[in-house]
Amino acid sequence: MIEEGRALFLQIAESVEDSIIDGSLHDEGQAPSTNELAAFYRINPATAAKGVAMLVEKNVLYKRRGIGMFVAPGARELLLTERRAAFADRFVDPLLAEARKLGLGPDDLALLIRERMTAPAPTPEGSTR
Amino acid sequence: MTHVIEVKNLTKRYRETLAVDDVSFTIEKDTIYGLLGRNGAGKTTVMSILTAQNFATSGEVRVFDANPYENAKVLSRMCFVRESQKYPDDALPRHAFAAAKLFFPHWDDAFAARLIEEFQLPTKRRIKKLSRGQLSAVGVIIGLSSRAEITFFDEPYLGLDAVARQIFYDRLLEDYTEHPRTVILSSHLIDEVSNLIERVLVIDRGRIVMDEATDAVRDRAANIVGDASAVDAFVAGRQIIHRESLGNVASVTVLGALTLAERERLASAGLDVAPVSLQQLIVRTTQHTAEQGAALDEGAMR
Repeated sequence: MIEEGRALFLQIAESVEDSIIDGSLHDEGQAPSTNELAAFYRINPATAAKGVAMLVEKNVLYKRRGIGMFVAPGARELLLTERRAAFADRFVDPLLAEARKLGLGPDDLALLIRERMTAPAPTPEGSTR
Repeated sequence: MTHVIEVKNLTKRYRETLAVDDVSFTIEKDTIYGLLGRNGAGKTTVMSILTAQNFATSGEVRVFDANPYENAKVLSRMCFVRESQKYPDDALPRHAFAAAKLFFPHWDDAFAARLIEEFQLPTKRRIKKLSRGQLSAVGVIIGLSSRAEITFFDEPYLGLDAVARQIFYDRLLEDYTEHPRTVILSSHLIDEVSNLIERVLVIDRGRIVMDEATDAVRDRAANIVGDASAVDAFVAGRQIIHRESLGNVASVTVLGALTLAERERLASAGLDVAPVSLQQLIVRTTQHTAEQGAALDEGAMR
C-alpha cells in the first residue's frame, strides 16, 4: 500500500484524494481523521497530520471544530482538474517511452487503446465468464 | 518546538576507544525518533549516558533542562528499556512490573495486563527461565506501560517473532496517539520501523551522520539503472554513494531528490529510476562514510 522512495505524507494525502475522486467520499462527507489514517496505514500520527494539513491548505478538506475533517464543496472538481493536468506526465509519457523502445508508432497505440477500451473489462481472477 | 533533551559536544572514551565522538543534538518533545546505526556505533552508550547510567568523558547533557545525574525528579520521567536488562535471580515478571509501577508515576496497570495477555507472557515463571523473546516482552511491557515522558527502547525486539513485533509497533503507535510522549527507538530492523519514526538519527562510529525528518529522507536518494554509459553520463557531477554493474548495465545510487525534468530526461534516455528504502539509504551512507574514512586514514599514513 505504501511505496518506498516517496514522502509518506504525500501518499496519505493521495489516498484521501483517491477516495474523493472515486466518489466513496463525497462533498461535505466526513473524512477519516488523522488518527484513523495513522492506525490504518500504521504510520506516525504526525506524518498523517501533515498529509491532512496539506489537503486543508489545498481546500480539499476543511475542519469543523470539535467534529472533524470534512470534504470541501467542489473538492472533486478541483482534484479532477489537477489529475487530468498531470495525466500526460504520469501515464502518457512512460507509455510513449516504452512504445518507442518497441517500435510502436502513434497509429499502433491508438489502435491498441481503442481495442482495449471497447473490450470487456478483465475479471479480477482472470476467469472466463 | 520545545526540546526535552539537549546534548552538546558529548564525548565518551573507553581507554583507547572513542565510543562517542563530540556529538551534539536535541530531542524534541512528543516525537518518535529512530536511533539507527551499526553494532558498536555508539547507540547504547549515548542512551545510557542520557539516562545517567553511564558517565560522559566530556560534554554536556541536559534532560528536561536539568542534569540527569542522581536527579530523581528527572529520572522518574525517563524509562530505558535495555537490550540486556538484568533482573534479580528469583524475580518473576510481576515483581519487575510491581517495581516499575512504584517508580513510574504514569504507570497503567490495565495496559500492562492487556500487553501480558497479547504477548502471552508466562507470569509465574522466573525471569531467569524465560526465553529471549519472553525476556524482550517483559522490557517492552515495562517501556509501554510506564508511559514515561521519554522512553528509550534499545533493540527491544530480540527474540520476538514477527507477530509479537507487530503487536509492539501497533500498541506503541496506538498508545502514543492517545498519550503523546517522546520515544527513542534503537533498531536494526530499519524497514520495519521506518513508518513509525518521525525523525531519524543515524550514528556511525561515534558520530551523528544523519539527523532529519524521516519523510525528508524518503526521496533523498534514487537508484539509476540502465546502460552503463548512459547512467554515467547522467550521474556525472552528482553525489554517488554506491555503484554496481553487471555487464554493460549499471546501477548507481545518487543523493538528491530528482526533479520532474530530470525524471523526463531519464525516461527519454531509457534509464530506470528505482526508489531507495530508508534501510538501503542508511546502509549506503554508513558504508560510504566508512570508505571515505578509510581513504582519509590511508591519506594520513602516506
